[in-house]
Amino acid sequence: MAELKYTKDHECVYIDGDIASVGISKHAQDALGDLVFVELPEIGKAVSKGGDVAVVESVKTAAEVYSPVDGEVVEINEAMVEELEMISMPVNDNGWIVKLKVSDASALADLMDEAAYAEYLKEID
Amino acid sequence: MSRSTALHGAHIALGAKMGEFAGYDMPLYYGLGVKKEHEWVRSSAGLFDVSHMGQISVKGGEGKADAVEFFEKITPSAFSKLGIDRTKYTVLTNEQGGIIDDLMVTKTGDNEFHCVINAGCKDKDIEWIKSHLPDSLEFKYYDDWALIAIQGPKAESVVRDVLSVDLSGLRYMGLWAQDDYQMFISRLGYTGEDGFEISVPNTAAVEIWDKLNAHDAVEPIGLAARDSLRLEMGYCLYGHDIDATTTPLEADLGWVMGKNNDSYIGAENVNTPTRKRVGIRLTGKGVAREGSEIRNENDEVIGTLSSGGFSPTLEQSIGQGYVPVEYASVGTKIMVNVRGRNIEGEIASMPFVPAQTKSAKAA
Repeated sequence: MAELKYTKDHECVYIDGDIASVGISKHAQDALGDLVFVELPEIGKAVSKGGDVAVVESVKTAAEVYSPVDGEVVEINEAMVEELEMISMPVNDNGWIVKLKVSDASALADLMDEAAYAEYLKEID
Repeated sequence: MSRSTALHGAHIALGAKMGEFAGYDMPLYYGLGVKKEHEWVRSSAGLFDVSHMGQISVKGGEGKADAVEFFEKITPSAFSKLGIDRTKYTVLTNEQGGIIDDLMVTKTGDNEFHCVINAGCKDKDIEWIKSHLPDSLEFKYYDDWALIAIQGPKAESVVRDVLSVDLSGLRYMGLWAQDDYQMFISRLGYTGEDGFEISVPNTAAVEIWDKLNAHDAVEPIGLAARDSLRLEMGYCLYGHDIDATTTPLEADLGWVMGKNNDSYIGAENVNTPTRKRVGIRLTGKGVAREGSEIRNENDEVIGTLSSGGFSPTLEQSIGQGYVPVEYASVGTKIMVNVRGRNIEGEIASMPFVPAQTKSAKAA
């Protein structure tokens, strides 16, 4: 089974070669509540680690989705804009918001695996 | 250190997500989440703790009209013909004609009034009222009373089941008082649904809250859904949609002004406005929130959203803001800029969703 990685800002990331699929974790989804809109970037947009790459909106609030890596947007999940429930699917299935071409793989080392993320959630709770 | 209401412990016990509002630690949402809480109020009955709001009374001399005159001085409304146990929505105005607060004023006797004022404005309101209060009037602040709202189509039957009070004959904006004056119920609210606000001493609040909350038709509702509910009705949120720099006419609250009251504080500065508070509906995709720029079709900034968010009922983004009067007609095409992107929209009539209050249904 493919391994999912996580950031401290609750993005969920799936790495396949030099492509990173980015979504948001279950924890982030629960905190946001029902999504009402996803704002996607343009394909080709250059992103830097920690910079905005998309915005997810719930009734409650708007939350930025940060890029976990330096790179470039190569795919955007336009189907999700119509079917917001897709956000709850795994990132390596249809739950991704954007796919990024990673230009500097060293940033991937900062990502947490499932166990480390679970530990992190306990810490910040 | 945040203040808390008498029901703080009840919110914690219910697992509410708490947050600060107007200096109080208040429930933002409970287990259902904002969207489902919103829908619950529109279809059943929602329970709200609004005890952070201020309750005050002003009493004049018997056989006199000094309290009536006082309220016609501090607000632009008319109170002499208002019936006993009837409530009016109005505003306190400053010398510049700006709005110090919006409030509910209930005439509890020929020459006495009870008011509910905003939590965040309590201190300044009380100071303002006291500084203008003639010696002949008696002022009281009910700082040890709680306020519980029950809102939704099932509110009346819930109150009958739980409190054994039949309010079917109570009109919208009417007041019911218990014989011992330890419970007051008004038929009004901030959601556009039929419903009530129940005023009781803090010592009685938890028991009443728990009993109401135990009813099958009732769910507790946090401040986040309270905001989306009031936004659908086009109601003002003080400090956002109205403030000390907006006059009642700019705020499109001319209807609160009494025809013959032209001697209230600031009246000479309440003139035909050049800008107006309007409703805005996004026709394009996206959600626009407070602070987003409103632009005309030439991409020129004409105003800012004073509130905005997603309407669960309409499933689109709605908001309010001030625009020059030439853009204020319903249907005028505008754009709202969100993070650098223009989203198409139009000026919309408010309420965005038809009110279901008792008088609205009867009409």
